[in-house]
Amino acid sequence: MNTAPDNPRLCYEDFTPGREFALGPLTVDAEEVIEFAAEFDPQPMHLDETAGKESLLGGLAASGWQTCGLIMRMMAQSYILNSTAQGAPKVDYVRWKRPVLAGDVLSGVSRVLSARPLKSRPGLGIVQFEQEIHNQRGELVCECSNPTFFAMRDAGGGQ
Amino acid sequence: MNGLDAFIVGEKLDYGAHTFTPEEIIRFARKYDPQPFHLDAEAARNSMFGALCASGWHTASVWMKLAVEYRPVWFRSLRERGLPVPYFGPSPGIFDVAWTKPVYAGDTIHYFSECIDKRPRKTDPEWGIVITRASGFNEAGDQVVTFDNAVLIRRQPSD
Repeated sequence: MNTAPDNPRLCYEDFTPGREFALGPLTVDAEEVIEFAAEFDPQPMHLDETAGKESLLGGLAASGWQTCGLIMRMMAQSYILNSTAQGAPKVDYVRWKRPVLAGDVLSGVSRVLSARPLKSRPGLGIVQFEQEIHNQRGELVCECSNPTFFAMRDAGGGQ
Repeated sequence: MNGLDAFIVGEKLDYGAHTFTPEEIIRFARKYDPQPFHLDAEAARNSMFGALCASGWHTASVWMKLAVEYRPVWFRSLRERGLPVPYFGPSPGIFDVAWTKPVYAGDTIHYFSECIDKRPRKTDPEWGIVITRASGFNEAGDQVVTFDNAVLIRRQPSD
């Protein structure tokens, strides 16, 4: 996808420190919250509206793990799928700052902190990102930081 | 006695194992992490992973699934030892997540959780904070994932 010469894929060289990629907006779907929770995090506040309202989270709340997945989806749609990304080896931190509730609209930013070529893998570089995700009221709901591997343009990644 | 007494620093719980089928790897990836090496065996062969492999968020989410499934077993063991059954609050976050090896389609991953720290919460004496270290190993005994997980525990036990 997006390999036409007028729309080259983003390569390692394009991820310059300070560059920002907009994430979202993404509406948190109640059915998806329940579906994710039923498979991966079957606790009452993630499965049931009433139980969620009675919990500290205050409503049908997405599992923190689903929030990570939703941020990944927004990053994929924003730039990862139009890039030479070769996966992420780690995540430094994920901070769940506020509950993410069904119906919330998430948006945010992915910001390049630093980038360096990999000595062990010629043609590959590693880029450090941080993400900040807000809800529709502008409240910070999640922040996280991770490196991602990208192929370099001169390694043929842009072709 | 308080809820933190259920957590014994150094105690490692065996959460059991999960086999990652190609179908579930692809289903998770379509929803949350649609990168080619998580979606398609042919595309994965041409990536640095070499074969279809699970999203890191999928690998981590299965730890949560097994953690919740294990709770009744663990609670029974706590009661037998005369220890309190903890009341879980929200998790403020995770840190030092590392995906040290790919999880390939067909891999069976064995998950563990070890309590590494616990302390009362200075800002709110009703709650304590527990840090557990999650880990997962493939059938060759190689670690594929690890992260540290913080969770709030009510100091007044639930029974």
